[in-house]
Amino acid sequence: MDTIEKKAGRQIEVKHAENVVIRFSGDSGDGMQLTGTQFTDTSAFFGQDLSTFPEFPAEIRAPAGTVAGVSGFQVNFGSKEIYTPGDEYDVLVAMNSAGLKSDLHKVKKGGIILVNTAGFDKKNLNLAKYPEGADPLNDGTLSDYTVYKIDVTKLVKEALKDTGLGMKEIERSKNMFVLGFLFWMFDKSMDYTIGFITEKFGKKKEIMDANIKALKSGYNYGDTTEIFTTRWKIDSAKMAPGVYRQITGNHATSIGLICAAEKAGLELFLGSYPITPASDILHELSKYRANGVKTFQAEDEIAAICSAIGASYAGALGVTTSSGPGIALKGEAMGLAVITEIPLVVINVQRGGPSTGLPTKTEQADLMQAIYGRHGEAPMPVIAASSPADCFRAAYEACRIAIEHMTPVMLLTDGYIANGSEPWKFPSAADLKPIKSVFITETNNPGGKFLPYRRDEQLVRPRVKPGTPGLEHRIGGLEKQDETGNVSYDSANHEKMVHLRQAKIDKIADSIPLATVESGKEKAKICVLGWGSTEGAIKTSVLDLIAEGHDVAHVHLRYLNPMPKNLGELLKGFDKVIIPEMNLGQLAMIIRGKYLVPAESYTKVQGLPFAVDELKTRILQTLNSK
Amino acid sequence: MSADTTTAKLTAKDFSSDQDVKWCPGCGDYAILAQVQRIFPEFDVKKEDVVFVSGIGCSSRFTYYMDTYGMHSIHGRAAAVVSGIRATNPNLDVWMISGDGDSLSIGGNHFIHLLRRNFNVKYLMFNNQIYGLTKGQYSPASEKGKNTKSTPFGSLDEPFNPAELALGAKGTFVARTLDRDAKHQQAILKRAHEHKGTAFVEIYQNCPVFNDGAFFTYTEKETKMEECLFVEHGKPLVFGANSDKGIKLDGLKPVIVDLAGGASVNDLWIHDETDRMKATLLAGLFDNPAMNPHNPRPFGVFYKENRATYEDDLINQINAVKAKKGSTPLDRILSGDKTWTIA
Repeated sequence: MDTIEKKAGRQIEVKHAENVVIRFSGDSGDGMQLTGTQFTDTSAFFGQDLSTFPEFPAEIRAPAGTVAGVSGFQVNFGSKEIYTPGDEYDVLVAMNSAGLKSDLHKVKKGGIILVNTAGFDKKNLNLAKYPEGADPLNDGTLSDYTVYKIDVTKLVKEALKDTGLGMKEIERSKNMFVLGFLFWMFDKSMDYTIGFITEKFGKKKEIMDANIKALKSGYNYGDTTEIFTTRWKIDSAKMAPGVYRQITGNHATSIGLICAAEKAGLELFLGSYPITPASDILHELSKYRANGVKTFQAEDEIAAICSAIGASYAGALGVTTSSGPGIALKGEAMGLAVITEIPLVVINVQRGGPSTGLPTKTEQADLMQAIYGRHGEAPMPVIAASSPADCFRAAYEACRIAIEHMTPVMLLTDGYIANGSEPWKFPSAADLKPIKSVFITETNNPGGKFLPYRRDEQLVRPRVKPGTPGLEHRIGGLEKQDETGNVSYDSANHEKMVHLRQAKIDKIADSIPLATVESGKEKAKICVLGWGSTEGAIKTSVLDLIAEGHDVAHVHLRYLNPMPKNLGELLKGFDKVIIPEMNLGQLAMIIRGKYLVPAESYTKVQGLPFAVDELKTRILQTLNSK
Repeated sequence: MSADTTTAKLTAKDFSSDQDVKWCPGCGDYAILAQVQRIFPEFDVKKEDVVFVSGIGCSSRFTYYMDTYGMHSIHGRAAAVVSGIRATNPNLDVWMISGDGDSLSIGGNHFIHLLRRNFNVKYLMFNNQIYGLTKGQYSPASEKGKNTKSTPFGSLDEPFNPAELALGAKGTFVARTLDRDAKHQQAILKRAHEHKGTAFVEIYQNCPVFNDGAFFTYTEKETKMEECLFVEHGKPLVFGANSDKGIKLDGLKPVIVDLAGGASVNDLWIHDETDRMKATLLAGLFDNPAMNPHNPRPFGVFYKENRATYEDDLINQINAVKAKKGSTPLDRILSGDKTWTIA
């Protein structure tokens, strides 16, 4: 319920909301990512649940003021459980004309638009390609919205005029002024951000002071200026008790790898070549030299995976990270890891393709590539992360399976969850599932020659560290004779080995969780089957539809190869199955082929995640169709 | 086999695997395999610490014939595999076997990057100036104009001079030897093994099927002494059947002089394998022996430099950061700097 607060003769309406979606839009150089992150972290500290979606241009500094150069940061925060960054914006912060132009269409009718009027002069309007003479702030374009016009640039210059800083530095503090204003508007403390500024600029006192001053000026501007008559009050979320942190997907992936290696007692080696949107994993892991983490920036994608294969061969946990174009280059080396049967984790932070495609946008179109994209019969387990925090679980599981089953494993995340963030109730190290890593030191064939391809009941071959006396042997890419591992061109042996390698991967299904209905009930009228980063949007849609009285269920796949043993059975219990994917129906094709379930495919390939509303509409359409 | 074989005196046979060697009869690879197996017992290294890694091609089957640890990897990428091995376990004695196609064509990128990083790896590149395993196409080391299956009217590309390329890529040890000169080959391989860093050895190797006699000018006794310039550190550049010719430097230009005709050995170019500039000039002696006149082809260690290896720098960096920051406990990594509690 909304209330009225009185202050110095001024009436301020306090709006209560379950959740609010804010979008920050400005130039690449305007510090929108930083502003968004600070607002997000502060909200998290208030105990609000949230989900973020940073969106940046593929160009590092596209021409200032143009729509191509707009950098955006979206956060959905609230007192209810939040699974997506939100479909539409309650609040748009537009630092310039291009920011308004690129994002206005997604602002809710009646929403708030906060503009920096200095970004709406003739020059900026031209750069944003508004027609000659257009004046969006005054010509009625924004008549459906509450518009706060603030000359941020002028106010910051005024506030910082005595700091002795140059104009350039002063202008750089604009984002802090806006952040301060939003803190006032959403009734949040500035403490977290003041702490951040102090830490970041502690050594440059005048910059630190200027940023804090700009932040406080923004807050005070809201507090004292009479034109602002609305504040928002959002309660803390009822989240499970525990200790939380904020985390992005790439960061969670990095931590998952470190934890898995340490739990397995193995050194972690990352061979990687920089590529958007995967590079942050390389950046993060390279910080952990003191933990013995070895990161190797290779000369190319192929060297990256081959160095990781070498590292695994020598006894480490070899990992390589990339995105679609790089994964394509690694294909042959993955085949080598399949036939030599050594542990390896290959991480694909998917982006829009084909070719260079949409480097900074998200997509799920590498599923077929992950499961089938190698020459020959080259089965590899495939795991997908479903949210930023889930990247931790997925990375940890990928390592566990690679080590325990002596196989390369593909982990799929995507740009949306890799860069997005959410609160994470992180586990303690002691609670992490143990990972069994075994190096044999005695022959497995007393009285005869060591048999590097003699398998255990899981069909896993023994692992030997070079340097182990008496077990010298050769492995390689030529077909192996069963048990001895010697080169063999025998046709019957080849067929046997093809079946053995497939059976080994299929058996992994014994050690992964069964598929479960996450929302709704078994045998519902319709099941929405998803995989990967669509989880948040599907979950929100299905929960909404259930609340509206529909018989809808949600099943989400975390293991794409092998799939959970009960999946076919589970899917056959529903009247209808619909599979939303950010590709042209890759999972749908696999499910139909594998289980003969007449699943419907719902696809979106726009470089953007599904919106809840569009999903709901489509689910209802299928539900109500004959 | 038991663990104490590691201390017993080994012989060449101990390094020979139980697999049949399947190169063509008369292939130069046999001679190289024999020399490598012969010199290994002389090294102060445990057999179980030895790893051979190869790419793809005739030469790369080598790995299967050594009774050590080994990986026959993929075409051109052995250099990346050995980098990962050395970065992980610097106690292993890592040898890489590759050919001219594997190293200079499909693996050209990894070749130059391995050399500049200077991982401690013995890199033997068997150069037969042809693609053997794919049955006779020209390679990046083939002479221009070569008639092969894929170039029936002659190849159009200028060949690489591998030693020159290795020096250009900041290699710290660059040498050349011959399959048919067992003594020279052994001496060079031993020098390579002593080197701490990437030791690049180009071995001229005869392919009797697709490029027979490519190096006979240098290996057969009728022409060998006139055409080969065997260099040794600190010694003047002398060649010829009667050691009657020498090379002196006229500025940066090598000039052949006739020692029998009055030139003094004291004026000759003295080989200094620590001098990168002169090593580059030496490696640059790459004349076609059909030209007249032409310089002899040099063999031996052209260049050797002591430079930190990548893996040593990596471990030193780890230790330095560890000493300064200490390792972070897992629970601290999981929690990060900023947490909040929901009651």
